[in-house]
Amino acid sequence: MLTNYLPILLFMLLGVAIAAVPLIINRIIAVYKPNPEKNSPFECGFPAFEDSRIPFDVRYYLVALLFIIFDLETAFLFPWAVSIRDIGWFGFFAMMVFLAILVIGFIFEWKKGALEWE
Amino acid sequence: MWNDLLTLIWIIIKIVLVIVPLLVAVAYLTYAERRVIGFIQGRFGPNRVGIWGLGQPIADAVKLFLKEPIYPARSSLLLFLLAPILSMAPALVVWAVIPFAEGWVVANINAGLLYILAMTSLGVYGILIAGWASNSKYAFFGAMRSAAQVVSYEIAMGFALIAVLMTAGSTNLQDIVLHQQGGVLHWYWLPLFPVFVVYWISGMAETNRLPFDMAEGESEIVAGFHVEYSSMGFAMFFLAEYANMILISALAALFFFGGWLSPFEGIPLLGSLFGWVPGVVWFLAKVFFFLLLFIWIRGTLPRYRYDQIMQLGWKILIPVTIVWIILIGLAIEFRMPPWFV
Repeated sequence: MLTNYLPILLFMLLGVAIAAVPLIINRIIAVYKPNPEKNSPFECGFPAFEDSRIPFDVRYYLVALLFIIFDLETAFLFPWAVSIRDIGWFGFFAMMVFLAILVIGFIFEWKKGALEWE
Repeated sequence: MWNDLLTLIWIIIKIVLVIVPLLVAVAYLTYAERRVIGFIQGRFGPNRVGIWGLGQPIADAVKLFLKEPIYPARSSLLLFLLAPILSMAPALVVWAVIPFAEGWVVANINAGLLYILAMTSLGVYGILIAGWASNSKYAFFGAMRSAAQVVSYEIAMGFALIAVLMTAGSTNLQDIVLHQQGGVLHWYWLPLFPVFVVYWISGMAETNRLPFDMAEGESEIVAGFHVEYSSMGFAMFFLAEYANMILISALAALFFFGGWLSPFEGIPLLGSLFGWVPGVVWFLAKVFFFLLLFIWIRGTLPRYRYDQIMQLGWKILIPVTIVWIILIGLAIEFRMPPWFV
């Protein structure tokens, strides 16, 4: 059973190597002459006038929160989807109740304007 | 002992046989895109290096290798270096479970679809870390936009894949394809058509392709999250994006268009006429078609506005998939032939 996952482990090692090795080769063979102007952050040619660790729109947090809820929902739907042929009507309605609660929450968010971007 | 070593070597050979053609395909996809878009816009595209410009990807690679790497002074260096790796590695590693034909797969695991979802979700970390570690405003805004967009469309995509899962009754990718056996009308694009459309749209949004390329938005935030990257760091993000394009196309072929199954299956004369064509040819043909569709859409549609992207994802795609999941559930409970028995 677990032997099936050995190729994946090897694949991961190789994948990381393929992503990392060109970066190292590049650093070795390419010219490298840093200077303060070259290393300053890009801001259309102006010197950067403040740090970029600045406050940003709270809606990004909102999207992240909604994402967690719905992603969890997908995680719950997975086992249900695979076994739906075996669990019959009882299983179907159990999931419908769960979905209904989430849909109510979704409608609430919608009406509250959590999905609005202007 | 020797046996173990032999299996190990065999596995590594298989992995190399997947990765090398994949990297070549990625390189030539960049060429194909420039070329096709050139023709769409009535110009030639790259045609100077080698015949028809076929040497262009190699020339690009050499150029990127020789360019100077720049590490911005105020960046968090470790994260700055980690981000391109974190983008590229998952884009390659997903291919471990993709079956190219029956039995042609590196790791035939039962949780194949879950593994794919897990790996494709990792890509967003690369974007976020790149944007944050660069410590540049353009990179930061690009990363925030892109992360919110990818995350939103991931839900729609997850729901779409659940519809596939329900119809097939298995998370093993080979089983999903084999369940579609029996000709073009048995492939899932027909019973799951709205789901396929949702999958395709969210696939384009996930890979940050036009018309959803807010992450880069050349005309407004220069290049978004990888504005501070040069040479190979930039190349890694670029390659990861194209590898993901190929992945989305391959998954569309596997989940909705019968993977390696012949489109002439079950048709009296044509079926036997094309019976000798190996499955991998059909699979690759389908993948090429979807890649062309990617490029075609890029050449046709203008960029979306950011609020429209978020509205499309949350207010249209997610409700559509929820409704369709319920309908499929009903169809399965009533054992509707031919797909849902």
